[in-house]
Amino acid sequence: MVTNYIPIFLVLLAASIFGAAVVFSSRIFGPLRPNKVKIMPYESGKDPIGTTNERISIKYYLVAMLFIVFDIEVIYVYPWAVEFKKLFAQYGLFAFVPMFIFLVVLELGFVYIFMKGGLRWD
Amino acid sequence: MNLELILFIVLALIAAVSAVMVITQSHPVMSAIFLILNFFALAGLYLLLNAQFIAVVQVIVYAGAIMVLFLFVLMLLNTSSEFKVLTDKKFIKFFALLISAFVFVQLAYLIFFTKPSNAVKGNLNVSSQIGTIQNIGKELYTNYIIPFEAAGFLLLAATIGALILAKKKFE
Amino acid sequence: MYQNSTEIFQMMPFIIIGAGILLSIAVEMSIKKSELILPWFSILIFAVSAVISIAGIQQESVLFGGMIAAGGKAAIFNFIFNVGAALVVLNSVDYIKKYGTYYGEYYILVQSSVLGMMMMSGAKDIIMIFMGLELMSICFYVLAGINRKKFSANEASMKYFLLGAFATGFVIYGIALIYGTSATTKIDDIISGFNRLITNPLFVAGFIFLLIGFSFKIAAFPFHMWVPDVYQGSATTVTGLMSTTGKTAAFSVFIIILAAIFSTHSINKFTPYFAAIASLSMLYGSIVAISQDNVKRMLAYSSIAHAGYMAIGLAAGNISSESGIIFYLAAYTFMNIGAFGIVSIIEGENDTQLGISSYAGLGNRNPVLAAFMALFMFALAGIPPLAGFFGKYYVFIGAIEGGLTWLAVIGVISSVISVYFYLRVVVYMYFREPQEEIKIYSDNLSLSAVVVSGLLVIIFGLFPDTLLNLITSALIR
Repeated sequence: MVTNYIPIFLVLLAASIFGAAVVFSSRIFGPLRPNKVKIMPYESGKDPIGTTNERISIKYYLVAMLFIVFDIEVIYVYPWAVEFKKLFAQYGLFAFVPMFIFLVVLELGFVYIFMKGGLRWD
Repeated sequence: MNLELILFIVLALIAAVSAVMVITQSHPVMSAIFLILNFFALAGLYLLLNAQFIAVVQVIVYAGAIMVLFLFVLMLLNTSSEFKVLTDKKFIKFFALLISAFVFVQLAYLIFFTKPSNAVKGNLNVSSQIGTIQNIGKELYTNYIIPFEAAGFLLLAATIGALILAKKKFE
Repeated sequence: MYQNSTEIFQMMPFIIIGAGILLSIAVEMSIKKSELILPWFSILIFAVSAVISIAGIQQESVLFGGMIAAGGKAAIFNFIFNVGAALVVLNSVDYIKKYGTYYGEYYILVQSSVLGMMMMSGAKDIIMIFMGLELMSICFYVLAGINRKKFSANEASMKYFLLGAFATGFVIYGIALIYGTSATTKIDDIISGFNRLITNPLFVAGFIFLLIGFSFKIAAFPFHMWVPDVYQGSATTVTGLMSTTGKTAAFSVFIIILAAIFSTHSINKFTPYFAAIASLSMLYGSIVAISQDNVKRMLAYSSIAHAGYMAIGLAAGNISSESGIIFYLAAYTFMNIGAFGIVSIIEGENDTQLGISSYAGLGNRNPVLAAFMALFMFALAGIPPLAGFFGKYYVFIGAIEGGLTWLAVIGVISSVISVYFYLRVVVYMYFREPQEEIKIYSDNLSLSAVVVSGLLVIIFGLFPDTLLNLITSALIR
């Protein structure tokens, strides 16, 4: 029932309060005396050139894409781990087979990325 | 009014308002941030429907990973110029209005003129258990093995495709 | 659940292709000169998988808790996919060498896309259809842009991806509505309750969304806008794969989900939809193809028209039109792969020598190539006794049986129109003097792929009964 989720909700609330406190407490407690130089975007001490809407490199995108793939892999592994005892009791070692194939397929993909230098930042 | 109903109304309002905010913001990054809020509200709604696993996946994959991709795409494109192209065209707005009106009529029909499916109606206790992680694990690794393995190959193909299209020095 | 050994054997085509993908990746990342191994390995696994599929045609069985079917019509589709992909791979070896941009991933992605197609054609559950569709589509998006440094390839890949994702959205929405109204994703359950479900407007809406999504994939008229650019921009061999096996896979899904209409003579509520897209695609494809000077683009519009001819069979919705569609798909696969094979041989570097003027005088300079090109053009135009003629013939017969004579008449009219632009190529090859210096690379492997598809087109044309009997026997069971 919904009341079961109250602890989770409390943790979420505490986390967001803490996050907000960290961000905004300095604004509340610290002295606020802005001038033109202070509110400039920080660019290693130099005067900023151009806008902040710079196009970023596609390399970041590749990393994010690979992250998603393995994120989803973990999502698939999780219910298997939760249900493993029952599956093992019912099917014995066959309970390993589907997950084994799945992991072989994806880890081969990981080794492939590694060998092809997909994780190298060139 | 019980707690579920109150929570539903709150979450539904957050979801609806944040969805409107997504399409009315002038800055695309702000749209993306409202989309995260929308995802969180949806995750809450899934929890109310006893679909815990989907709720968690919604937060981890959509609000986490997919949103990162969205933001990267926004930064990859030079948003300030390309965003104008989309907003300037009148017929695009008309087309969008047409499609959303169509979807709205369909959903209204769904809500007001159809009865709940019989498969769900009779056994509320069973259907409330469908979304648990245990149940998903049981179904996924017994009846749905083949789609599960297919998902493995799908992710493999996506990995290879991403690498070959996006890697700068590919040999 | 976990299967016994005979059912594992029936899964062999899937297992072979799946293991082939993994082995190919291992080869690609560990061996430097993988271009010497991968094409032959791909052809080997495609051949083995095709043989096993066609050997299991006699016994249709449903595997893995009603997820996937092996044998029967799935066997015929698997045969088409595997042979088509093997021919494309054979064709690619020299084409890739000519461009000098070799990626071993090309062969891995071709294998993966074939795996996706096989999932679609054997699907017994809507989830399988979706997984197969996504696997096939993702591979095609990447394959379209595999020539990474070419601008037109990037454009093709991007356009294909955006519109393909749009189509997938339609498919998913349709699946959601179908599941919401029928409370099942099993296709057999949906089919057995079809006459009850069809009275529910939401089910019809979901079904139409599903049909629209796959109409994108078969490149039928109102959903065709990506076709010319994508087919022109992609590598020619990839276009050969997308336009034939990809179309076959999408049609196999139509046949699977419309099985209730095909088998039980229930009223085909979707006849107006299919009749509309069929007639519009045929006329649009044939008429616009007339004005095309680029042969690849001309073949793209002809592909739209052929989707229209096949959709006639879906509109008619009876057993004879169903076998007609499958025959047509087999014929179209081989004649189009052959035609694109010749285009890939003639094509020069940087998208040159694609215009129809490059074919002028080919009859004198390279009689073998010209003869096969003429063969494929005649077959695509539907001139007897070639495979293309019988494909059209069976589909039209099915339409007349189903009381859609007017649709067959439109089909005949647009066939007559299409003869113009197909024969224009033949006229250029034999009756025009070459105006520019054309350099044709000697491509023995590509030529052998062309010869094999040409022989298949002739065999299916001279003995259409063999293939048709096979299809009919697979369908009746």
